[in-house]
Amino acid sequence: MTRDGAGAAGRVRRVNGPVLEVERLRGVAMADLVEVGAARLPGEVVALRPDRVTVQVYEYTGGITPGDPVVALGRPLAAPLGPGLLGGVFDGLLRPLSGAPVWLRPGVTRVADDRVWSFEPVAEVGQPLGAGEEIGRVTDAGPLPHRVLVPPGLAGTLEAVRPAGRYPAHEPVATVGGTGVDLTTWWPVRRARPYRARLDGAVPLTTGQRVLDAVFPLALGASAAVPGGFGTGKTVLLQQIAKWCDADVIVYVGCGERGNEMADVIEDFAQLADPRTGGRLADRTVIIANTSNMPIMAREASIYTGVTVAEFYRDMGYHAVVIADSTSRWAEALREFASRTGALPAEEGYPAGLASALAAFYERAGRVSTAAGQEGSVTVVGAVSPPGGDLTEPVTAHTQRFVRTLWSLDRDLAYARHYPAVTWAGSYCRDADAIGGWHVQHGDPGWASRRAHVVALLAEADRLAAMAELVGVTALPGPERMVLLAARLLREGVLQQSALSPTDARCAPDRSAALTDMVLGVLAACRDLIEAGVPATTIEAVDFSPVLRAREETTDAGQVERRAELVVAGLAELR
Amino acid sequence: MSGPAIEYGTIDEVRGPLVIVRGVSGVGWDEFARIRLGSGELRHGLVLEVDGDLAVVQILEDTHGLDPATATVTFDGAPLRIPVGPQWLGRVCNGRGVPIDGGPPIVGTTTAPVNGSPLNPTVRQPPADPVLTGISAIDALTTLVRGQKLPIFSVAGLPHLELATQIAAQASVGGEPFSVVVAGMGLTHTDAAAARDVLEERSAAGELLLLLNTADEPVIERILTPRIALTVAEHLAFTLGRHVLVVVADMTNYCEAVREVSAARGEIPARHAYPGYLYSDLASLYERCGRIRGRPGSVTILPVLTMPAGDITHPVPDLTGYITEGQIVLSAEVYGRGITPPIDPLSSLSRLMRHGAGPGRTRDDHLDVAAQLLAALARARQVRELAELVGSGALTATDRCYLTFEDAFTQVLVDQRVDEARSLDDTLDRAWRALAALPRPELTMLPATVVAAHLGTVAAADDGAEAASDA
Repeated sequence: MTRDGAGAAGRVRRVNGPVLEVERLRGVAMADLVEVGAARLPGEVVALRPDRVTVQVYEYTGGITPGDPVVALGRPLAAPLGPGLLGGVFDGLLRPLSGAPVWLRPGVTRVADDRVWSFEPVAEVGQPLGAGEEIGRVTDAGPLPHRVLVPPGLAGTLEAVRPAGRYPAHEPVATVGGTGVDLTTWWPVRRARPYRARLDGAVPLTTGQRVLDAVFPLALGASAAVPGGFGTGKTVLLQQIAKWCDADVIVYVGCGERGNEMADVIEDFAQLADPRTGGRLADRTVIIANTSNMPIMAREASIYTGVTVAEFYRDMGYHAVVIADSTSRWAEALREFASRTGALPAEEGYPAGLASALAAFYERAGRVSTAAGQEGSVTVVGAVSPPGGDLTEPVTAHTQRFVRTLWSLDRDLAYARHYPAVTWAGSYCRDADAIGGWHVQHGDPGWASRRAHVVALLAEADRLAAMAELVGVTALPGPERMVLLAARLLREGVLQQSALSPTDARCAPDRSAALTDMVLGVLAACRDLIEAGVPATTIEAVDFSPVLRAREETTDAGQVERRAELVVAGLAELR
Repeated sequence: MSGPAIEYGTIDEVRGPLVIVRGVSGVGWDEFARIRLGSGELRHGLVLEVDGDLAVVQILEDTHGLDPATATVTFDGAPLRIPVGPQWLGRVCNGRGVPIDGGPPIVGTTTAPVNGSPLNPTVRQPPADPVLTGISAIDALTTLVRGQKLPIFSVAGLPHLELATQIAAQASVGGEPFSVVVAGMGLTHTDAAAARDVLEERSAAGELLLLLNTADEPVIERILTPRIALTVAEHLAFTLGRHVLVVVADMTNYCEAVREVSAARGEIPARHAYPGYLYSDLASLYERCGRIRGRPGSVTILPVLTMPAGDITHPVPDLTGYITEGQIVLSAEVYGRGITPPIDPLSSLSRLMRHGAGPGRTRDDHLDVAAQLLAALARARQVRELAELVGSGALTATDRCYLTFEDAFTQVLVDQRVDEARSLDDTLDRAWRALAALPRPELTMLPATVVAAHLGTVAAADDGAEAASDA
């Protein structure tokens, strides 16, 4: 990837925070990497003029002086992709943080991967290989077989391959069409990795969170955004998805968020057993930690780094989920940079390119047929932190246009300790019909009607509650009061889910369906009672705690069904 | 700091707090500068931008009386460093760290850069164990955890400074080495004097550093004040192994200083004309709290801020809320009822509380009691709204118990004198006295055995009456 001219040194002319202007730097292209000063701080070329090159530096630039040398590396910002990513913690440029010093002073973090890996060839010498086809495997890089593929853009005959054995990351293990292939290859993070085709149809990603799986589902390869003010439980919800969703690989990008939270994630994931592999959850997770006090420009890169890592696993035929917390902090980095380079501001000081940058990021999601024809996917879940909880601000407003599913978090629900505080009024899923179709073919033909029922019930209850505030509940007719009752059971007994509960932190789809069916069944039974002349007050006085506690006290769908029968039978006795 | 510093007499332009110096060489971004006026007076500054032989310097004090013809500028050759160590404890300094207690200047051989460095997230130890403030409403319901950042959100006119100084004066960590650093920014002289008064005892005991920037002192100096406080605190915590509580008040004044500098530099304004990087700037302060794996000591930050016009969506409380781990909200409505500290428990939250309270940390019943208190308060508030609509006569007996409970809660637990430090046992026992107002079956969040242990087996209604009359 190195072009001519690499190594030519320029001189710093102007320093304004992380933005530098450099003179006499020749042979650089847009988005090339440079190293600044004696500490060799990494930076990226962001503007070129005949006499000046503008560079954004990924570290604190205190002490950088006009006249300091700037060296062009002749390649764009790229991430080293190879074995050793799973289970690791990295910064926004994919430099390892585990093992880095306690205090991240400028220039101390380096990519230095001297580990060796067990490689086993799969393809045979003389075999023609296309891009994305498997050369061999690394067997000791985590619970998933790590496939060593022909890098994008390369194809030809496998001319040589090393025998099974242990090899360092940056050494060729094979030669394809005259080019050596290392265990670790570099990919420019701002460019999407190629694939053959996007796949039609929707396959749901099971998150184990009832309100998501049953009401606002997310398809594999789709994108979701989670807007919510502070204190609405955004981070907890994202962590729950990371812990319990059924993807193969999780890429968790802590982008400009709290250090303590990141420490919590790292510790949590290291301790949690992985329900799929029996190992630790951390072993199939890549954590990219760029906390809010780490350099702001590396925060800008971290989003792209994260999605590139996910695409790398997608190309091996895995389902990867990228969780970005929070895209608003990333947008702020864009804004800060735009402001320092004197770009014309659009809305609220954000650059005019904000919408297209967001679109480009979310569009890197997709369920595809890889270059080698395998199925793999990248699903993107991005948190949005709207200032003041204002959902009309630019980042939230633009994001809503580009995502398939929106999980809007509501402060009133959060204050009422209704978690996850996903509001039914402000959330949507544009793939619900397609996912309903998938459920029909996969054993749950009632999924779509159940979802429609739930959505209608919640909306109706909201309307009635507003009316009840004016006229009092007792002024409402019996059937309407049953709707309010059922909606309360639905909210408290189904939609609420405690992230701390040992039995309920993850809910299997069939148990989730059974819990919903129980509430809908109770509603039907209550309506029958009203019709039979039982007063609404009598029904409201029934102890519904078995329904409300079912989410905590049951572990499988069968138990829920038995409980539902008992409750409905109990109601029948009121006649 | 290496070699003889060059003195530049080439000030080209003075604009607001900014000075532009021409003809400099070897000056780096974010370096510290000293400006000597014609009168011999010394002022201080930071390099905001360098462009060829031009340096833009932000003066920390102000530029009044600065005559470009006679003033000279020298550069330190490095971003600002300050001496660190225990010699700061027991001292009272201004916002730039210069003593105002009549004592000698603070010197030391160990120095640290005031901007600090980001802590590697992989070496952070998640916060755990409490810092007990001696304030019942905080200790019981929003326990402050070592390594946490928990702000106090207030509005003008409420006694948030009194609360902050009270916490600084009486906080403790169960006998382990403990220090307090208080940074006051933009305080009135009356407030500053009151703070000195309350903190005198702790300061005399060598447990406290007080940095005071008063409202009439230079605004720009405020940008430095919290950084000095945190740099001293980090060293005390992570090198000397002490638990350090840093109280910074008032962050709204700090943010205004940031805005003023940003405007002077002609930056593009974002919300409410604050610069777009306010979030990152605040994070560079708040994120200096924490603990480090394998080392004793912790930095806990308690920022105090006033919400302009009581607006929680204003950028200062909003961005703070996004960075900190919860918030303690003061309410004018509670204060109006004569309750101090006027904490609104339902809008307050300590996200890390479960790591700082409960079995092995505070008391076995703590978390359950807190959950029950909050649930009951939420119910009591609904009942009160209902009572206003339909009249208290229409309430059920249980509902009336909730009203009794709320009164007992406010008067027995929350209300506290400003010189009163309560032990955790006292606090939790008061919580039980408030809970006694409720019928037993209502205490659903507390295990029956625990209820029996604390409330005995007497009829609930009598207990309630007792707690109420007690109040």
